[in-house]
Amino acid sequence: MTETLIGLHAIAGAACLVVGQRLRRGVFVIALAPLAISLVALAIRTGDVLDGRSPTSGATWVEGLSLAFTFRLDGFAAVMALVVTAIGVIVMIYAWGYFAGDDSPQRVARFAGFFTLFAGAMLGLVVARDVWTLFVFWELTSVLSFLLIGLDDHLAHARIAAQRALMVTGAGGLVMLGGLVCLVHAAGTADLQAVLEAAPTSTTAQVGVLLVLIGAFAKSAQFPLHFWLPGAMAAPTPVSAYLHSATMVKAGVVVIARFAPAFASLGWWRPVLVIVGGATMLSGGVAALRRDDAKQALAFGTVSQLGLLVVLFGVGEPEVTAAGVGLLVAHALFKSALFLTIGAVEHATGSRDLRRLSGVGRALPSLAVAAGLVTASMIGLPPLLGFAAKEAALGALVDGAGGWITVALIVVVLGSVLTTAYSVRIWWGLFATKPSAAERETVHHRPSPLLWAPVVVLAGASLVAGFGSGALGRRLTVAASSLDEAAHVHLTLWPGLHVSLLLSVVIVALGGGVAWALIRRDSGSFSSETMGERAYGGAYAGLLEGAKRITLVTQSGSLPVYIAVIVSVVVVVLGVALARGSATEWGHPVVADSVMQGAVAVLSAIMAVSVVMARRRFVSVLLLGGVGQGLTVLFLLYGAPDLALTQFMIETLMIVAFVLVLRHLPRHYSAPPSWAPRAFRIGLSAAVGITFAWFALAAGSVDRPTDVTDAVEQLSLPEAGGKNVVNVVIVDFRGIDTMGEITVFGVAALGVANLVTASRRVVGAPRATRFARIGAESMIFEQVTRMIFHMTLLVSLYITLRGHNAPGGGFAGGLIAGAAFVFRVLAGVATNRPFVSRVSPVALIALGLTFAVGTGFAPLFAGNEFLESSIFHVDVPAIGDVKLVTAGVFDLGVYLLVIGVVITVLSHLASRTHSGGAVADGMSS
Amino acid sequence: MSLMLVVLVGVLFATGTYSMLHRSLTRIVVGVGLIGNGVNLLLIVAGSRPGLPPIVGKLTGATDPIPQALVLTAIVIGFALQAFLLALAWRSWTIDGNDDVEDDLEDRRIADQRRRQIRRSEAERRAERERMLSGDDNRDPQGTDAR
Repeated sequence: MTETLIGLHAIAGAACLVVGQRLRRGVFVIALAPLAISLVALAIRTGDVLDGRSPTSGATWVEGLSLAFTFRLDGFAAVMALVVTAIGVIVMIYAWGYFAGDDSPQRVARFAGFFTLFAGAMLGLVVARDVWTLFVFWELTSVLSFLLIGLDDHLAHARIAAQRALMVTGAGGLVMLGGLVCLVHAAGTADLQAVLEAAPTSTTAQVGVLLVLIGAFAKSAQFPLHFWLPGAMAAPTPVSAYLHSATMVKAGVVVIARFAPAFASLGWWRPVLVIVGGATMLSGGVAALRRDDAKQALAFGTVSQLGLLVVLFGVGEPEVTAAGVGLLVAHALFKSALFLTIGAVEHATGSRDLRRLSGVGRALPSLAVAAGLVTASMIGLPPLLGFAAKEAALGALVDGAGGWITVALIVVVLGSVLTTAYSVRIWWGLFATKPSAAERETVHHRPSPLLWAPVVVLAGASLVAGFGSGALGRRLTVAASSLDEAAHVHLTLWPGLHVSLLLSVVIVALGGGVAWALIRRDSGSFSSETMGERAYGGAYAGLLEGAKRITLVTQSGSLPVYIAVIVSVVVVVLGVALARGSATEWGHPVVADSVMQGAVAVLSAIMAVSVVMARRRFVSVLLLGGVGQGLTVLFLLYGAPDLALTQFMIETLMIVAFVLVLRHLPRHYSAPPSWAPRAFRIGLSAAVGITFAWFALAAGSVDRPTDVTDAVEQLSLPEAGGKNVVNVVIVDFRGIDTMGEITVFGVAALGVANLVTASRRVVGAPRATRFARIGAESMIFEQVTRMIFHMTLLVSLYITLRGHNAPGGGFAGGLIAGAAFVFRVLAGVATNRPFVSRVSPVALIALGLTFAVGTGFAPLFAGNEFLESSIFHVDVPAIGDVKLVTAGVFDLGVYLLVIGVVITVLSHLASRTHSGGAVADGMSS
Repeated sequence: MSLMLVVLVGVLFATGTYSMLHRSLTRIVVGVGLIGNGVNLLLIVAGSRPGLPPIVGKLTGATDPIPQALVLTAIVIGFALQAFLLALAWRSWTIDGNDDVEDDLEDRRIADQRRRQIRRSEAERRAERERMLSGDDNRDPQGTDAR
């Protein structure tokens, strides 16, 4: 059931974000629906839970990894889920009124969407049964909290607050993830209940528990990680009331509550929790007294209360835990109500300043009374729920006194004095009439009922729950006992003449006195960065500064320097590896395999050296082409006709491409670089050359196992139906790889096309026709091109089709066909031929890819694997048995794509530009 | 294993690297081309022995097909890469009137800013030292403010 409810939240939240803008206020209906449905569904389910059942459900996430989303609705989860949905409904109704005057439907839609998603995430968090499920929802709440705090992303302080909250809670989440990994490893299961029952105490497990605690501290704003929470008040009031008082910040407390019964027996558990929680409670309380912004004061009050909850759950005694559950519920009721009150007051007056507000109580008596009731609950006055819960806590601590529990008791008493003081001060500041106030702010328009009615409802709930505390306590016992079997919640308005009652009286008296003194002095105004804030700010600034320094050292911004660094690293690493290697026997070196080979190699080497010595662009490019054609011969001599064919075509087309671009560029190269002396550059280059020659020698001397080669050669004919092993490997055995490569090939062509088109736009010249005449008008060239064009296409097709059994294939064929088209362009034939102007070469690329991908997917429908080859035998009359291989279709796709790429690249490079056209015109005139 | 081819691999790598250490994009493209050829040759030389083309039925004495299959697509991709770089060179020319690769402005800016900071703090330190040496503790309030 719970996963359905969470799913509802996800759908409704997404709907709000997508269409909410158009619905305006109607978006709240969508946002309310899942919350209300969940509330009703959970309330119906409560009976089951009270009977002691805890319904479990789930869905597999990743089968092989035994990852699953599992949920269970035990007593504690049910209470938390009810709190989450009930407060969610109330706050959402309040938000309806709060955003009434908002004229940005986009902002409202984003609020409603994120809020609903958050509610779903929080619901998932409290009912999670699996630790990974818990973690996923934990992180989701962090991210959604970030989005909600930063709702007003045009405000700098909202952005900073949102970022800080995300950094702290997100980092805490990562720490917790580490802890969960340790715990799951130690317990051998990812089931939360099983982990807690096993309660492993190995060192790994203890480290895990500590890390989980740190994550919980960050989320629940525990000292010294609490500083993000007051900043989060940059969010609109409904967000503060829901996320930062009633729900998200409780996530850490929930985890501590779950873990405490299992791990409280660890020696360090209780001291750590009491010290951290205590420090949080006291520092938060003091800070709350020193803020004049009501929302800030209440935010620090929340920090303080969270500290109290951590202390109570951290003690780990059944009775104290039970009291903690009561206080958790009471806190959700009164704290959300108080935030909503502040929002309503701000709405009515335009101010949150505790010293300047005056006369609000007289103008809004019902709000003042309701707020007074929840304030009384926060202080712990009868007959409200807060009193019953705090009495139970004090009573349990007094009864169990000794050691750290005594420390906890002292902390709780002191913290409660502070709580009383700031509670009174906040209520007084909000509602009292202050004749002394210098610039008074008072009610200038009455808030709508939607803004104060929710407060009244929550106050009423606190009151009713207070009177019915006995019955409520029995129900909460179910919740507490799902944490700790022995826990019984005793909530009562009359605990009898117990020490705890005396303590309550003392607390209220002392707290009231402090509040009175502060109100009399009308000050306490103090607002400075807390220690955590400073540390965070320092760390953040340091990170940026460090990044800058590293950038300064490593990023000179100069491409040649980067290349020099990269090749130096390659030389050093490879050189060291080669020097340490044990390649002592060189594999039968000979000077050259044949005289021809040696001669071509020497010629190629000479041309390569000439390339770098040439000072004219054309010369160096022609020499480069010479080197490439030298390689063509070497490949052919080596027994690689496929390579030779491809290399020959590529080098030819490459020269064309170079010439097309170089006609625009200056004839000579610019001055040589000055960043490093020539000797250094030559030395580095020589080192690279020597290293790689050495590497070639060493790698060639290793006896490579031949099993892959053998398998490929044996399977070539029976599996793929081809005799040319090289081609079979390309289109079949590693077909997926080839598919990726031709995709890259096509994308590069589109990149070239776009770059050239963009260049034309820069120059401002009109868009050139696709095949502009660029070549000199040579009649012989033109006529020969016309004559051989169709023949060349035929040859290319033949080369492609025979490629499976003899040297050739789609790449070589496509390049030949592409060359045929390009020569037409160069000869000036193309412009008046319909084919090339009507068929877009980009369409050829797309068609080719479709062929290739289609060949890949087709076998899937026949139940075979992706790209698996099928061989068909067709009996054609007069020709006889014809063997068709599906890989041939793939190769045809390659063929079409390569044609498309060649035409796209060269036609774009050939097109006119502003002055490029002038050059071409000059050449042709 | 043919030593001539091994030497050619070295020469291709050395000349390619040397070309790529220039600022002119054309030279860089040429360098990429040279190194690309070097890599392809390296794979073939180190990965197989010379022989007959690997065709089923005539496999005795044939060379190893695996390096060839690797190199074939590498040759084609090399074309795409060089064409793309050429288009970049062209674009650079239409904008700047040359094909030189400029330094990354953002990196330069950070470096300059940082250098200014260091220079300023050094100047401050020097001023401090001079003040201490001259024994003049009465700072000019206006001067401090201006700083």
